[in-house]
Amino acid sequence: MASSLKNPDRTGWAFALPGTVLILTFIVIPFFFAFALSMTNQRLISPNPTEYVGLKNYRDLLGLAVVTLEPERDDSGAVVIDDDGEIVYPRLRTITRSDDYPQYRGMREWFRWQSGEDARIVIASDVVFMKALVNTLLFVLVVAPVQGGLALVLALLINQRLRGINIFRTIYFMPVVVSIVVVSLLWRFIYDGSDGLLNNVLSWITFGAFQPVDWLGNTETALGAIMAMSIWQAVGFHMVIWLSGLQTISPTLYEAAAIEGASKWQTFRYVTWPGLRHTAVLVLIVITMQAFALFAQIDVMTSGGPLDSTQTVVFQAVERGYGKQDISGGSTISVILFVIVLTISLIQRYLTREK
Amino acid sequence: MADLRLKGLRKSYGSAEVIRGVDIDIEDGEFVVFVGPSGCGKSTLLRMIAGLEDITSGTLEIGGKRVNDAQPKERGVAMVFQSYAIFPHMSVRENMAFGLTIAGASKAEKEQKVAEAARILQMEHLLDRRPSQLSGGQRQRVAIGRAITRNPSVFLFDEPLSNLDAALRMDMRMEIGKLHSQLDTTMIYVTHDQVEAMTLADKIVVLKDGEVMQIGSPMELYHNPANLFVAGFLGAPSMNFLQVDVLDVQGEEAKVSNPSLEPIVVKTAGRPIEAGHKATLGVRPQHLRVSETGQLHGNVTLAERLGSETVADLRLDDGSKLIAAFAEDKILDVGQRLSLDFDSDAAHLFPVDG
Repeated sequence: MASSLKNPDRTGWAFALPGTVLILTFIVIPFFFAFALSMTNQRLISPNPTEYVGLKNYRDLLGLAVVTLEPERDDSGAVVIDDDGEIVYPRLRTITRSDDYPQYRGMREWFRWQSGEDARIVIASDVVFMKALVNTLLFVLVVAPVQGGLALVLALLINQRLRGINIFRTIYFMPVVVSIVVVSLLWRFIYDGSDGLLNNVLSWITFGAFQPVDWLGNTETALGAIMAMSIWQAVGFHMVIWLSGLQTISPTLYEAAAIEGASKWQTFRYVTWPGLRHTAVLVLIVITMQAFALFAQIDVMTSGGPLDSTQTVVFQAVERGYGKQDISGGSTISVILFVIVLTISLIQRYLTREK
Repeated sequence: MADLRLKGLRKSYGSAEVIRGVDIDIEDGEFVVFVGPSGCGKSTLLRMIAGLEDITSGTLEIGGKRVNDAQPKERGVAMVFQSYAIFPHMSVRENMAFGLTIAGASKAEKEQKVAEAARILQMEHLLDRRPSQLSGGQRQRVAIGRAITRNPSVFLFDEPLSNLDAALRMDMRMEIGKLHSQLDTTMIYVTHDQVEAMTLADKIVVLKDGEVMQIGSPMELYHNPANLFVAGFLGAPSMNFLQVDVLDVQGEEAKVSNPSLEPIVVKTAGRPIEAGHKATLGVRPQHLRVSETGQLHGNVTLAERLGSETVADLRLDDGSKLIAAFAEDKILDVGQRLSLDFDSDAAHLFPVDG
């Protein structure tokens, strides 16, 4: 004991060593690996030597362009209309496979819209990745505010001295301690299209008027269903963070507000919310990062389907890196995700900074 | 502006009774200090008046209206807390205008009232600062300012100076005294510091274990304490208590003595003192004088020279301790033998149990 007190430096390093080694091995080194691999054509198992390819992987993922297709015209120069009354356009491959446009080679249609007689088409090098990116952003945009807000409401509700309040705390926190894989499996039954719990309940409370929906098998509802379940699963965790923030607010401030005649809403607005400032920043950033990392639910419940409507960035990274054994492609997606999350976190920090 | 009537107020938490039937009348514009050792219930009593604690039984009237069940905001009270309770994310101006903001007052009204309060407290230059940029005394000023802007009928102070250092405490004490004479509003002030109580109060309420020990003006309490507790609580150093034998009782006077005290006649002040029993004789350290013909004999064990006065600890001949405070710079040696004299009119005789 005495020697450790005399040699605080060495002892300190000794204590920090195991953690440092673990962090280096599993976080820092793989992080730089990902950067390096994303510049190569490395595959998981391949007889060919690894080659440096520069930014090709990034171009293959992020390549985007807008092309314009003019309608087909008959001999008189009039626009050709098909049997359904739609304008007929030449096929996209007249551009993407043409030697006149080498820059569009291999790109596919993502979506299109009509502009006058012409059709504007957004083509992407990797349409699936684009869909995954949009789905992930949508997921974050919905889950971050809804989950954060709901967690705050729950925290306010259970931050009261009532008999049996611990039962509610436990109930709200329970989904957090259950593995997300188990939760996802259970919710697959709940969302089941033919005999799922949700359909049964909805049909029961509407006296049979509700038509069963295949929640996870429908492009319209699949992502929403996963959002709802994800919000429910982790809301308890953020509730606990809010709760710890609530308990740092001095009770005297509430008493002062009560004496000054503040209503419940005014107390929240002038005392509680300003006191939760730092907690709010934390919760927002944590939820955002967790939401961007959406994977297990997708893997268990939909595998990205139906029709890529639940593809996400991390699911794509895993799918590509291990499913297709394209390690460099998976690494590239990881790096892109890292840049996105870092940027958003920095923006959030800037917007919520202390003025 | 309001008077307060506390009638048989009681407060219990489960089976533990912390306020045991308190009756106090407070006149309009009076400065009343609740004083007592920690745990005596003085803060609880104040919080009951504020509406932060429920009243278990009894009645509380403010301005002639029973307010037992009224919300704090309906009682017309403003409170200043020991921990200031100012909102850290608001500027001083916003803090002071808080009550008005809550009430939905106009901007002009807020400006005017804040300016007025800031002028009274001489803190106009602080209005745009944040609480984190203020010293403790300035923060407490903000809290007092917030109370003033609402123009309450009763000000409640809960140990407002306890978190301040000694020098600042004296300044703020004087400020609060001035504030009272300026505003002429009813003020109730809780403290455990008897100096604050003595200097500020029109009326002191001494509390112990949830019961009122004595109510009266500071001098009344100092010169005529009703019981041993009040006698020992007020005054510094505290009153000496000597265990004496009652030799004889003649009407309102009793002759007492003990092994270190020659027989002396003191007033009984109507207290049940019986000849042949023990009693407690109270003598303030300041009332003791060194005298050749003194009735009290003992040896000096410690002498503290403060310049303006000298405080001596003595061991009396019967082994008990005594503190004497002489209003002069006196050189005393440890072990020195002293005979002390005191005016028997200034002594208080209490039955042994108080």
